[in-house]
Amino acid sequence: MPSSDEGMRNGHDLMEMRRPAGDLTPELLNTSVWTDEMVALAGIPIVDAPFVTVGGGMGSFVMVDLLRIAGVPASSIRSLSNIDHPWQTYEYLTRCSQIPRHERIRSDSSGCPDNIWAFPSYAVREAWADKTVAPLASVALEPVVTDYWTPRAGQVFTSLGRESARIGYPDMLARGQVRMVRRRRDGGYFTILTPPAGTSATKRIAYRGWYVHLAVGYPGLQFLPDLQKYRAEHGDTTRIVNAYEPHEHVYEALKRQPCTVLVRGGGIVASRVLQRLMDDREHHGARTHIHHLFRTYVSGKHGDSVFSRRKGGGGFAYSGFNWPKAAWGGQLKERFERLEGEERAALYKQLGGAHTPQRKSWQRQKERASTGGWYQTYQGVITGMVPSTRGGIVSDVRPDNGSPYSLEADFIIDCTGLEGDIREHRVLSDLLDHSGAGRNPLGRLDVERSFEVRGTANGAGRMYASGAATLGGYYAGVDTFLGLQYSALAITDDLSTRGFCKHVGPFRSTAQWLRWARNRPVD
Amino acid sequence: MTPTIIGRWQTRIALLATVGLAWTLLLTPLLPRRGAALADTYQLTLLALAITALVGAVVWDPIYHALQQFRWEKDWPSLFALLTGANEGVTTWFVLRQFGAVPPWSFVALFATTWLLVWFVVIGPIRIVLLRRRFTGGRVLDA
Repeated sequence: MPSSDEGMRNGHDLMEMRRPAGDLTPELLNTSVWTDEMVALAGIPIVDAPFVTVGGGMGSFVMVDLLRIAGVPASSIRSLSNIDHPWQTYEYLTRCSQIPRHERIRSDSSGCPDNIWAFPSYAVREAWADKTVAPLASVALEPVVTDYWTPRAGQVFTSLGRESARIGYPDMLARGQVRMVRRRRDGGYFTILTPPAGTSATKRIAYRGWYVHLAVGYPGLQFLPDLQKYRAEHGDTTRIVNAYEPHEHVYEALKRQPCTVLVRGGGIVASRVLQRLMDDREHHGARTHIHHLFRTYVSGKHGDSVFSRRKGGGGFAYSGFNWPKAAWGGQLKERFERLEGEERAALYKQLGGAHTPQRKSWQRQKERASTGGWYQTYQGVITGMVPSTRGGIVSDVRPDNGSPYSLEADFIIDCTGLEGDIREHRVLSDLLDHSGAGRNPLGRLDVERSFEVRGTANGAGRMYASGAATLGGYYAGVDTFLGLQYSALAITDDLSTRGFCKHVGPFRSTAQWLRWARNRPVD
Repeated sequence: MTPTIIGRWQTRIALLATVGLAWTLLLTPLLPRRGAALADTYQLTLLALAITALVGAVVWDPIYHALQQFRWEKDWPSLFALLTGANEGVTTWFVLRQFGAVPPWSFVALFATTWLLVWFVVIGPIRIVLLRRRFTGGRVLDA
């Protein structure tokens, strides 16, 4: 009989045999700070990459773009991602939420993820390409005379493709799913990537670097709990849909026969979905009746004082962009930077909530729908849902004022955009457990003004984060094009003080812009 | 544009001291002088530039900043920045006249073109040189 030691060793050997080559070991999983030897012993190959960005979406791209402009060679950067090109997820989400390539997104003309200078802005470029002064007149007169001018989704994606080729982004891309980032005993970090099956001799690859940037996007979109419950209980996944998921079948069904739709939510996605429903009714023969339920019904201008009045009406709060414009680079930005804890959370609450741009064409369409009697708004919270006798869904609603009532609909489109907790993201969850990261006043990832993840510094190594995961920090507009540019700039400035890249001052900025304008590679 | 009061002051002084000054130096010899010496004309045109900087910073910028507080966006649309050339032109004209005879059309030509040029630079090309300015509320010293 083997001794117990031998038995354990044999058992361990068996486990080693079962585990694919180069996989995470229990020792690695349970140790917060790794050594090079631990990783090597697990058979995981180590690749040196001084700067690693995790995500590979819009946030990673803007970051990499700026680092390249700041003189970092492509060989020093790796973008770890499960998507082929940076705008893939963004395009998917916009398309689902009714913004195909030819439609305009909700983003300022100067929010240019392909051009850190925002000159020429998207409006200027559209005017040049289409040989028209209309976009120029629009931006010159906005928002006083005209609505805010915003670019078409397709223009953004095309410009990103050009910039991606210019900076050699495809060469920096490493495909796979990032599993975790752990601190390295001798400074810096290990980022563990699981490459697509069959593309690597080992199950994992460890990227060893001094700087890690996390741009993992939304922690996860959630259904409202009541909708989730109904779907689970009744197995119905076609009549209740989330606006961020593919739901074209709903619009197709509505064109075939008269139906009633319940739209929930008062943000930009709700207004886009409404526009689609109304377009289909006005131009494609649909005979849809729309119930629109707001949790918070805004009937007019609202706000605490004459200095913070936001427009509103018909249930919606109106705002050109995600935040008041000064939150990106004016007095509100400075105010956010000064505030801590509860005070900062209170300012987020004051300026936030669901809202959408008050676009004139859409307002007219909504008025026609109301007058025609096929669009009705309601206020309340849903307390229960049951299948109706004719195959639809009956929702019981409790309003803030008045008696409870019921709404029957054939389809429900959830446009509330409820976002999940950062714990739901595997990499962020691991970070909270093992790398010293914490939460900000809104419960997301806590970052410094430089976007360094607070508490994760390791020797000379620094970890940064940008995008939606950091909402609640010193900068409000993190999940916008302009915000991604700002955070990339703040991170690059921090990295230049650490000697990783050059400072982009007036001379370098001008020289690099000239290269951008001539579509020459970065220098 | 989303200026802070410090940003307004810095942008005004920096732009008038560079773009405004260069344009004034170039344009002055081309203005009708009604027989006045070029040196005297330069004195007046440069004085107009200085008055625009000073009166704007002391009188107008605080007014604009106060008005901005009533806007939800806390911004200053570029249309406002363009149109405020009218009121600032008037104040500069009245102050400048205290220092000597000013040919009206020469003043209009100089002030309007300088204002337009500075406005154009601020809404776009300035970002090429001052990468961070659009995030600093118009401050140029740390842009």
